[in-house]
Amino acid sequence: MKILVPVKRVIDFNVKVRVKPDGSGVDLANVKMAMNPFDEIAVEEALRLKEAGKAGEVVVVSIGGPEAVETIRTGLAMGADRGILVKTGQPPEPLAVAKALKAVVERESPELVILGKQAIDDDCNQTGQMLAALLGWPQGTFASKLVLEDGAAVVTREIDGGLETVRLALPAVVTTDLRLNEPRYASLPNIMRSKKKPVDEIDAAGLGVDMAPRLKVLKVEAPPARRAGIRVATPAELVDKLKNEAGVL
Amino acid sequence: MTTLLIAEHDNARLAEATARALTAALEIGGGIHVLVAGRDCAGAAGAAAKLAGVARVLVADDERLAHPLAEPLAALIVAMAGPYDALVAPATTFGKNVMPRVAALLDVAQVSDITAVVAPDTFVRPIYAGNAIETVQSTDAKTVVTVRASAFKPAADGGSAPVEAVGAGAATGEASAFVSAEIPELERPELTSARVIVSGGRAFESAERFRACLEPLADKLGAAIGASRAAVDAGYAANDLQVGQTGKVVAPELYIACGISGAIQHLAGMKDSRVIVAINKDPEAPIFQIADYGLVGDVFELLPELEKAL
Ligand SMILES: Cc1cc2nc3c(=O)[nH]c(=O)nc-3n(C[C@H](O)[C@H](O)[C@H](O)COP(=O)(O)OP(=O)(O)OC[C@H]3O[C@@H](n4cnc5c(N)ncnc54)[C@H](O)[C@@H]3O)c2cc1C
Ligand SMILES: Nc1ncnc2c1ncn2[C@@H]1O[C@H](COP(=O)(O)O)[C@@H](O)[C@H]1O
Repeated sequence: MKILVPVKRVIDFNVKVRVKPDGSGVDLANVKMAMNPFDEIAVEEALRLKEAGKAGEVVVVSIGGPEAVETIRTGLAMGADRGILVKTGQPPEPLAVAKALKAVVERESPELVILGKQAIDDDCNQTGQMLAALLGWPQGTFASKLVLEDGAAVVTREIDGGLETVRLALPAVVTTDLRLNEPRYASLPNIMRSKKKPVDEIDAAGLGVDMAPRLKVLKVEAPPARRAGIRVATPAELVDKLKNEAGVL
Repeated sequence: MTTLLIAEHDNARLAEATARALTAALEIGGGIHVLVAGRDCAGAAGAAAKLAGVARVLVADDERLAHPLAEPLAALIVAMAGPYDALVAPATTFGKNVMPRVAALLDVAQVSDITAVVAPDTFVRPIYAGNAIETVQSTDAKTVVTVRASAFKPAADGGSAPVEAVGAGAATGEASAFVSAEIPELERPELTSARVIVSGGRAFESAERFRACLEPLADKLGAAIGASRAAVDAGYAANDLQVGQTGKVVAPELYIACGISGAIQHLAGMKDSRVIVAINKDPEAPIFQIADYGLVGDVFELLPELEKAL
């Protein structure tokens, strides 16, 4: 069984984001970039399934500019078998990504696609659900446990009130939550080996899908600043302030 | 224009997030119909009919909708979508699961997690864990949005909308099946609607100490308990207590962060709280940069004292 893992190149989660003064977006010049953390979890899960003998090949795919190949290489260094880069001009919206991924799924015929639940740049939390919709496949979002058995994926999902388990007939789409696993670091030999692994490049235009943006970004602003207040010396002083100054008790 | 609001509920009761999403839907404007899709869901439908501003409640009552699985629910919503200009749901795990599926089937974009309505097609939403705020305009014929519940007040009761049954024949989705759920009974207020939240981080060292320190305080304050990702990952607290960029977003009157450093991913979920208190032994912890009141010291000493001082 083949597993496809879409991986997105995003700003590193430790970087303090700055909004551009002209309000057109955030400043990405000379900023450290990395694989979206939820996608690392997705790659890790696919590798574990392969190591457990449940999956054959793990293919990582990214949709973006030529630099997205770095993110694919990160996945290959973790242990994925090969990569696919779908080249686009402007950064695509989730619906466009889902359409490109659908075209890749039709070429590759994986039985399972594992995505991150959310990209930490756009915070959309859409692409996996959209891909499942376009393919007509079942979806298991926000997974904290994934078990493959008898042509099905049994997915435990993190939901607002607790946990829910669903059974999905394969092929299916799964999106990862933080508790699914702890991703490995790429070992030096694996990094060396990954350099020889194949990465196919496809032009998005060649996939014949409509990648045009549907949303117009009118402006991007910094959030209202919240300032540090005061220090109190004791719990008693805190209670006094909360009662008499802030009026919240 | 007409809007379809997708209700979140457990068949018996309506989730408070639905009433909050209704406030956003009212700002979008036009007539509002609420879809209550479930099994034996008259209780939830009745509650929806009482919300002020609702024009009609549409009830799809069917075995296939007993659990809110994305596949049958999205199929039903798409079959009903024709007359509506906007489709709205709360940005809870319920709404996040089903609405992108609806949007893709309609071939339209989704605007996730809106915090303000600028115009019927224009919305404000946080990106980069709340470190940037974007205003986006949809160019699609229909808009699909999910609403950040903490950014909108719940709509009041006082309505008396007619309740009508709608067919659930479109709700198919054989490829997925509900297996089980673990939904612990709530012992205290729900995080997303609590007036006061006491939240704990990695400092607590064990689930026992987490509970022993935070529960008496929460009981005294009538507060909900929250947690950082580190506390959840370490097993001190359940996953549904995680506050942050990828957990729950809360905005209570009072948020007391105990032994939490203040990573941006945590701040993303609580920095719109009205009053923030930080208790941390590291005077340089970033949480102090956004706290209204900071108390430097050991949580194991300070929390029992705080509880007594209340
Ligand atoms: C993709 C991604 C998503 C994430 N999403 C979230 C999210 O939704 N929510 C979230 O919270 N985090 C999230 N994180 C994790 C986040 O980056 C931090 O790692 C996490 O918030 C840290 O939790 P903490 O503050 O409890 O732990 P730490 O950062 O370890 O801080 C512990 C604090 O406790 C203090 N302390 C220790 N002992 C004591 C004591 N006895 N008394 C008083 N103070 C003490 C220390 O001084 C320290 O400041 C995410 C990370 C990633 C990569
Ligand atoms: N440009 C992209 N290339 C590859 N995968 C992507 C891309 N954008 C989103 N994804 C996948 O979709 C998930 C959710 O993204 P989003 O819907 O944007 O929050 C990510 O975690 C990735 O797995």
